[in-house]
This record gives sequence, C-alpha cells and structure tokens, in this order.
Amino acid sequence: MGIKTVAIHSDVDTNAVHVKMADEAVCVGPAPTSKSYLNMDAIMEVIRKTRAQAVHPGYGFLSENKEFARRLLLSESSQLLYETPFHLIASEGVTFIGPDTHAIQAMGDKIESKLLAKNAKVNTIPGFDGVVKDADEAVRIAREIGYPVMIKASAGGGGKGMRIAWDDEETREGFRFSSQEAASSFGDDRLLIEKFIDNPRHIEIQVLADKHGNALWLNERECSIQRRNQKVVEEAPSTFLDPETRRAMGEQAVALAKAVKYSSAGTVEFLVDSSKNFYFLEMNTRLQVEHPVTECITGLDLVQEMIRVAKGYPLRHKQADIPINGWAVECRVYAEDPYKSFGLPSIGKLSQYQEPLHVPSVRVDSGIQQGSDISIYYDPMISKLITYGSNRAEALKRMEEALDNYVIRGVAHNISLLREVIVHPRFVQGDISTKFLPEVYPDGFKGHKLTDLERRQLLATAASLYVAEQLRSQRFLGTPRIPIAKSKRSSWELSVHLGDGIYPVAVSKHGSSFSVEVDGMKLNVTSEWNLASPLLSVTIDGTQRTIQRISRNASGETSIQFLGTVYKLQILTKVAAELSKYMPEKAAEDTSSILRSPMPGTVVAVSVKPGDMVSEGQEICVIEAMKMQNSMIAAKTGKVKAVHCKAGDTVGEEDLLVELE
Amino acid sequence: MAAVRVLRRALGLCRGRAASGARPPPVPQRIEEKRRAALLGGGQARIDAQHKRGKLTARERILLLLDPDSFDEYDMFVEHRCADFGMDSSKNKYPGDSVVTGRGRINGRLAYVFSQDFTVFGGSLSGAHAQKICKIMDQAAMVGAPVIGLNDSGGARIQEGVESLAGYADIFLRNVLCSGVVPQISLIMGPCAGGAVYSPALTDFTFMVKDTSYLFITGPDVVKSVTNEEVTQEQLGGAKTHTAVSGVAHRAFENDIDALLNLREFFNYLPLSNRDPAPVCECHDPSDRPVPELDTIVPSESAKAYDMLDIIHSIVDEREFFEIMPSYARNIVVGFARMNGRTVGIVGNQPKVASGCLDINSSVKGARFVRFCDAFNIPLITFVDVPGFLPGTAQEYGGIIRHGAKLLFAFAEATVPKITVITRKAYGGAYDVMSSKHLRGDVNYAWPTAEVAVMGAKGAVQIIFRGKEANAEEEYVDKFANPFPAAIRGFVDDIIQPSTTRTRICHDLDVLASKSQSSPWKKHANIPL
Repeated sequence: MGIKTVAIHSDVDTNAVHVKMADEAVCVGPAPTSKSYLNMDAIMEVIRKTRAQAVHPGYGFLSENKEFARRLLLSESSQLLYETPFHLIASEGVTFIGPDTHAIQAMGDKIESKLLAKNAKVNTIPGFDGVVKDADEAVRIAREIGYPVMIKASAGGGGKGMRIAWDDEETREGFRFSSQEAASSFGDDRLLIEKFIDNPRHIEIQVLADKHGNALWLNERECSIQRRNQKVVEEAPSTFLDPETRRAMGEQAVALAKAVKYSSAGTVEFLVDSSKNFYFLEMNTRLQVEHPVTECITGLDLVQEMIRVAKGYPLRHKQADIPINGWAVECRVYAEDPYKSFGLPSIGKLSQYQEPLHVPSVRVDSGIQQGSDISIYYDPMISKLITYGSNRAEALKRMEEALDNYVIRGVAHNISLLREVIVHPRFVQGDISTKFLPEVYPDGFKGHKLTDLERRQLLATAASLYVAEQLRSQRFLGTPRIPIAKSKRSSWELSVHLGDGIYPVAVSKHGSSFSVEVDGMKLNVTSEWNLASPLLSVTIDGTQRTIQRISRNASGETSIQFLGTVYKLQILTKVAAELSKYMPEKAAEDTSSILRSPMPGTVVAVSVKPGDMVSEGQEICVIEAMKMQNSMIAAKTGKVKAVHCKAGDTVGEEDLLVELE
Repeated sequence: MAAVRVLRRALGLCRGRAASGARPPPVPQRIEEKRRAALLGGGQARIDAQHKRGKLTARERILLLLDPDSFDEYDMFVEHRCADFGMDSSKNKYPGDSVVTGRGRINGRLAYVFSQDFTVFGGSLSGAHAQKICKIMDQAAMVGAPVIGLNDSGGARIQEGVESLAGYADIFLRNVLCSGVVPQISLIMGPCAGGAVYSPALTDFTFMVKDTSYLFITGPDVVKSVTNEEVTQEQLGGAKTHTAVSGVAHRAFENDIDALLNLREFFNYLPLSNRDPAPVCECHDPSDRPVPELDTIVPSESAKAYDMLDIIHSIVDEREFFEIMPSYARNIVVGFARMNGRTVGIVGNQPKVASGCLDINSSVKGARFVRFCDAFNIPLITFVDVPGFLPGTAQEYGGIIRHGAKLLFAFAEATVPKITVITRKAYGGAYDVMSSKHLRGDVNYAWPTAEVAVMGAKGAVQIIFRGKEANAEEEYVDKFANPFPAAIRGFVDDIIQPSTTRTRICHDLDVLASKSQSSPWKKHANIPL
C-alpha cells in the first residue's frame, strides 16, 4: 500500500522477522510483556518519536485495550506502527486501526456486550449473570444458572482464563484459577459466569464496517477444534451451516456491529448447538488470528480493508459481492508437546526450520525463522499454516502434505496432533464440536496409531534408510594407499525395534531401490536417499510418503517422522540384535517420588515444605508458562523430602521440583 | 549349544588318549580340533559367565566391530609357555591363549585388532599374549593401518612373573613407536588395572563402556590398605570418573554393542596412518549451504552466553559431530566432523561453561586433540570466543603457565590446514593461543561481533586511565570491541557474514588440501609436559 512501517519489539525479539520486515524498529522494553508490548508509556513514546500516523494493534496485547485507543486519540503525531511478530497497532492525533473506543469498551465488557446484543435482537445465551466477588458468590451464581457453568475473566478474550464447572467444588477451583489468571494476564480480576452449552460448535462471523454506517458479513469461520478453549484448527466455510443459518448469523452480526457504530474488522463469535440454534458469545474488536481463512475464500485483504476504513474511506464492497470461493483450512502450529494434555509449551532454539512453501496453495504466517528462540515469555505459536483448495477435500489433502513437509527441529511441536485431526473420519465428515479432542482422545493424544500396512511401510522405509546410510559410509572419494575392500553385499538381515515389537526385516538392493521383506510381505522402496535433506520423499510400493529423519546415531537408534508422528526405532543387524540380549538393563529412575517440571516456566506458588505429608493428587506447586497456570500434583502419598524450587524461580523442562521420600 | 557339548567331550577324549600314550589323531583332525577349541576360548561355562556380566566375548566383539567375514585371525595356535604351578597341564592350555588378534575391515578400510579374552585366565597377559599383540602392532606400523585394542583383562599372568611384565613393556614400546604413525584406539570393555592401564594411556583415544569397565593403577582393596580410603571400583575407575573427573578416557558408551558400533563410526573419521590424507566421504550436504541462523546466534549483550555446539552443528556436514571428551573440561569443545565430506578436527571455546575461559584442563584437552589432528593430517577449524585464561591461585599453583603453554605449543607446531573463526571475544594471551594468525594460521576470519583486544573494556580502562576518564570505557569499546584493529593489521584475513562461514571454510579446505609446510629439523620438539 506504500505505507512505511515501524515495528516495536522487546529485547528478546530484536532479531524477529517483523522487526526485519519493517522500515524502522524500536525496542520498547525487556522480555516480559508488561514491560514491553503492554507498556503503553513506552509505545506512546515510540509513536511520538517516529511520528507514526496510525497504529495497527495486531491481535492480543493492546488490540482490544480501550485505554490505549483513547490515548492514541489524544496524542499527536505521523507512519504506520507495527506491533510484535503477529501484531500490527490511531486520529488526526494518531489513528488506531480498529474500531472506536466506545465500541471496544462496549464489546470488551462481556456483560455490557450481551445487553447490547440482546437489544440488537441477537440471540444470547440463557442464564447470563454479573460480576463475581468471591468463591461463595461464584457458587451461588452457578447454582442459580444451573450446572454446568463456564467461568472466565471478563476482560479476557479467547479461551484464556476460561474454566468449566460441573459442581460447587469445581466452581470454587475455577474461581480461584480464573481470577488469578485474569489478574496476571489482564490486570483486571473481574469474572463472568454463565450457562455452559453442552456439545457446542464455535462458529464466528467476520464483519467489516466503515465509518459511514456500512457493514458487511464476510461469512463464517468454523473454530470448533480447540484444546483448553484455545483454537487449534479453523476453517472457512463451516460444513455445518446451511445458507439460511449463515445469512441469519451474518445479519445478526451486522446488526450488532451497526448497533455499536462499529468500524473496522471485527468478529462476532457464536456457539451453535446441534439443532443449529446459535447464541452470541462475544465480539472481538480486532483482527483474529484465524482471519486468513476468510481472506482465502472471499479474496479480501482484511488488514488492507482495516487501514482503508481507518483512513475514513467507505467500504468497496456490497454484501452481494462477498463470495465463498473454495475452502480454506488453518492449523495453528505451536511449540508444544501434544502428548501432554494436547499441548504443553516447549521452549528452545529452532535448530532447523523450513516452511512448506513449495506445496501449492499454502500460506504460512509466522514470525520466526531458523535459529529463533521460542521463549517462555510469549505465546508458543510458531506459525499459522493455511491451505486452500477448490473444495474441502482438496484443502485438507494439501494440509496433509504441508504438515508432512514442515520442518521444525529443536522444540516440540504439535504437527502430529494437527495431522491426526485433519485426517480423522469425524473431522473429515464435519462431525465436530468444541469437545472433539477430549472425545476422540479420552486418554490423551498418543500420536498416530499405525495400521499393519503403515507399520510395514515405516519399517521398510527405516530399514532402507539404514542400509542406504551403511552403503554410503563405505564410499570414500579419492584413491587410498591401501585399497578399500569393496563389499559385494547386496542383502541385509536386520532386526528393527519399534514400540513394543521387534521385527525381522530383510533388505536387498536392486539398483537404486530396495526390496524389503517385512512380516512375510515384500515392499519396494525407492528414493533419492539424500541423507542430508531434512525431508525425504520415499515411494513404497507406489505410495509416495514424505518422511523426516529427525535423528540417528551409531547404535542404530533413529527417530523418523512418519504420517506426522515421530517414531523411535532401533535398527540392528541380526547378529547385533541377537547379542543385545546379553546387554545389561539400565535401571530406570523411580519417577513416582520425583516431581519434575513438565515444561519450562515460572514457579508461581509452592504449597509444600520438606517434612510435609502429601496425599496422592494433592497440589504441590503451580507453574506458569506462557500465561497458563498448571497445577503440579503428587503422584503418590508420602512425605516431602526436599523442595528444589521457590515461588518466582524460572524452571526448565524436566527440572527437579520436589522429591518425596 | 549341543555341538559345543559334543566338542568338549571329543576334546576330553583326545587328551585322555594322549595321556595314555596312544597315537595322536591325524594332523588335519588335530588342526580342526585346535581351531574349534580356540573359537570356544575358556569354554561355555565361562562364556555364559561373561554374558551374565553383561559383556560379550572377545570374538563376539570382533564380529560386531568388523565388516562381516572380513576378519583374518593371526596366531590361533599360540599357547602360553608357562610350566610353573601346573600351568603346563593340558587342561590349562588354550589355543590362542587369552587374546584374539588379527586384521579386518571397517567399512572396507583396513584395521588391526586385538581383543582380550576374559574367559581364558581372566584375560590375563602372558608372554604369549603380549607377543600376539606385538606381532599385529608391528605389522600395522609397517603397513600403515590403525590398531584397535579391545581391553578386558584381569592384569598380569601372575604365574609367569617377569615374563608377563616384559610382555607389557614390549607392548608399551610399540605403543610409543606407533604413536603418530598409525592411529591407536583403546576400548576398555572390562577391568584394566595395574601396569595394563599404561597401554591405553599411550594410545590416541581411550573409550570405555559404562558400568562394566574399570581403569585404575591399584584397586579398591589396595587403596583401602594403603590410604584407608573406602572407594568402590566404579568411583575409583569407572567410566564416569575417567570421562568427567580424571580426563583419562575420551568418551563412554552404554554397553558393548553401543561402544563397538560407535567405534565403527568413529573409525570413518580417521586416516589409516600419518602417510594418508584425512578421508573424504560421500557428502550430500551442499558445501555452499548458507547458515542464516548464525547471523543472530551471538547475543548482542557481550556477557550473555550461547552454545558453541549450536554453531558447530549448523556448520558441519549433516550436523554430525563426534565429540571427544564431552564431559571433561567442558569450557572447550573438541571433536571430529566433516566439511564437504572431508574429516576436520574442531576446537571451540564454549561460552556456556565457565565463560569459555582457558584453564589447566581445557588447555591440556585441547592440546592433545590438536596434536592428534596434526599428526594425522586432519585440518583444524577453531572457533574462538575466549575471555582469557582463568585467574586464581588454584590455577597458578596447578601450573596453568606450563599447561596453557601446551595448547600454544600444539597450535604453533601444527602444519595441517588451520582455519580460525573469531565469533566474539579473543582477549589477551588466549587470543594468541587459539590458532591465531601469528601461529601460522592459514585463514583467520572474524565475525562482525568479534572483539580482539588485550582485555575487556572495563579492566583496560582502569589500567590506562586509573579510573579518571569518564568516557574512557566507551572510547575503548569503540576502538577495540570490534574486528577492525585486527583486520587493519591483517591479523584476520576477512570479516565475514556468519551465514557464509560454511561456504568459506569448505572453499578454503579445498585449496589448503595441498598445503605443504615444514618446521626446522629436530629429533623431536620439547613440548612443556
């Protein structure tokens, strides 16, 4: 658009991608968000110094902060200020690229927004009530509404600070956690309790309004796949909505936008029950993380439209101009371990990072690059991976390919979970709800479950890779003084350890391909066998798979990412495998009496001291990571032997916290 | 197993007949019987006992170490010659005695191997045993191929007395004569005590197997009786002690199989002898691969640490780095890697540990590694981020001057291609030591973050201005905390973008492959030991 940009960043984001992309960059403070990205004084100073004319607030941080929008209005200045990796930041003072303060205020307050919605004839959730002062009041309100109820911070967007209570006890617990989180994340400990709708879908309508009273609805986004009330997979359109429901929702959303004189892009979130009844949840007065899927199917650039609206231009489109072209899916790629409650944050340096941009119709919105650090200070999102297709099946197929071709090393990531979700029969049929994950994986996510054929394919691939490596290690360049004894070997008998099984695998070489016998079945494996490339394209009996060899070592141990999940294997020659039975078993550490940090973070509270008796399941300490509080509980009943952490400590993954006797 | 039992009966039979004066069986049959007996070492019961200890037999180890069907055994018929203490009885004779020797191939390349057989007299060293080892060492030196020793021996053959001691000395002499001629590797796979420890100590690399191997001059019993110290074998001479505390061993592995498979991989980095160039393997990693993350890897705050291993992994081929002594003197990182397929030795200061300073242990660790590489034509790549030598009485009393000199000596005398990259600090004498231009460095690079100076700004300003100049520190930083002072004098050849480091080094190595440099004639140099 020919607009010069200024990026703001914290100390630790000095080398971030958004900083490099902007024309200018200014550091606003140290890593903690309260001292940098939430530090209004510092940001205002930057605006004044750089003479920025407008601020795009991105999403999160100050994007829905009315105080910030108000201060901008009062200030004087002139460039566009860009905030944080994902977050862009308006007046003849400074333009805030977003709605007016009064709209932010009205919609930012969950209670006021519902009243407004009601008045605008928007469907609202029954049993709606007010601000909560203490746990007893929380219980009283919950009982009035009738269980289940949902408890969350009034000021918080998304799922942060939101907990569901099915009884009094859970209400008290929910109150405690939510108020703590509300205080630490938003500096505002007001809470909201309302009727919880069982088995709902989360479907939202994108709206776009100008300062001239025009408003459009840009269709819906289906965001039902969530974990701990945070979105994981989003798509547009929704498989669930018929044109009538879509129009009804769209019109109500526009009605609400008009009622608050909304301008800019905004999102009206609805819960939709199985009978397609929809209820207003909240309105987000900012750009949403998942906006790209809407852009894909409508062809509108939402950020561009926001800037135009902020400048005071009228909308360029009419409602009839808004199409649904094809299908778009977005996966949120997080640096987190999906095997622990569908995702606990992981930190580290991205030793290797390669986005699947060579796959057609793929868009990756990210703020990181190879060598970036994923720190404990911010949301652990690595990127938004969006694929587009002429229909849903095509978009999903491309997503599968994109996930397989995404190289992320050095931190744990949720590719395995994402890939499992998008190929799951229920998801493919569109049979989803916000409870999809806990319903499909009641015992937690354990990775892809191999079918017999897939297991054979994996074994055959791993064995072929092993042989290719062995063959290469015999190839030396130059003419050595003592000639190298050329191996005439063309077949290998191997033993492959995978999971609980040990499988005999026979490999024979035919030109550049391998014929592999596993479980009495012969498979033909071909590849270029480029052993340095992080991605390896392998064809197994005509089936093309993109695999990633994550690691290998001299003793045959290797981990291979296959169908999204990383499998650990050990490949030995038959001789070595037979001898391995004599190898001593190494004693494993008894972990039940040891409490280790499941993730890197800060210790918020320690509730025990040495000598205390604790019972199984009792809370021992609370660890906060990426704005999330996690209660650490005792794995057994016993006496506390030693406490290795105190409130305020920063701990790493697997750090020893507390020992029991 | 059944076959084994039959065989034992057959052996018993033949011994019985011999004793009664009957004619011995025909020669071909005797050859066959001896060979079978040799393959069985100390017998099935002892083999089972060996397995029970979690250890493989001497022959099983050779099987795993060498390429299939490549082992050519020597001296299978050698027997010990001791006649005292009933040793001459036929039941105390084992064809091949307590060691298996020969040559074979590792990934097609020649290696000489001896593997001590714990099932025969506890692997103790007899005159014959020593003679077998000496024979393959002599041949290895003549041919020019490495010697690998798999040590699993209770010690000297006490029944033989001085002959056993002589045997050790014969081996020691050959270890010394072979030093710098062919690579010598010791893998300690069981006990190795007393005089026996000095053979591994003289070799280039000593590896150990965790939990099942020990190295010590005197065992816990003697320690107790002499010094009254209570100590376990593991504490006294286990893998952990020697890899982390004493620095006697260069690396430890989980078990026999892990150790042998790693040894195969390690072997691929080594040239066969000092007459051979460093091997070049087929490489799939592009030599001109940019490494963008290096442009941001050095933190902007000069006091903040980073992991030198991250730099090493991202520059070398396929992130493969065989680290030597990873648990000892961790303020310096040494090990082998490949650049465009060619073996290189890597030395790097580790800012993550003790700020990457040089101290006694890190100097000695680095020096020994540098000398190995120089002896065997392996180019050296040095990554420098060193704040200086560690100060203090412990270091001075310990002889940091003498030990630090070793690393200086080693870099200075090395004539292999030497490429140096200053990533950040190169302060004081430590700058000189770390393969500087002045020590015949072939290509010396500085990253833009490099600071080559006599010391940090704070200390320098105190000395120059006695704290009187207010803006002095800033002035010093502007003047010296950057690569220019070194670059304008030609002490670094270029200031390079970190992301191009891999490409630059690969090109340099191609050119330097034909480097020829010599030092004045001498019998040998006198490194400050």
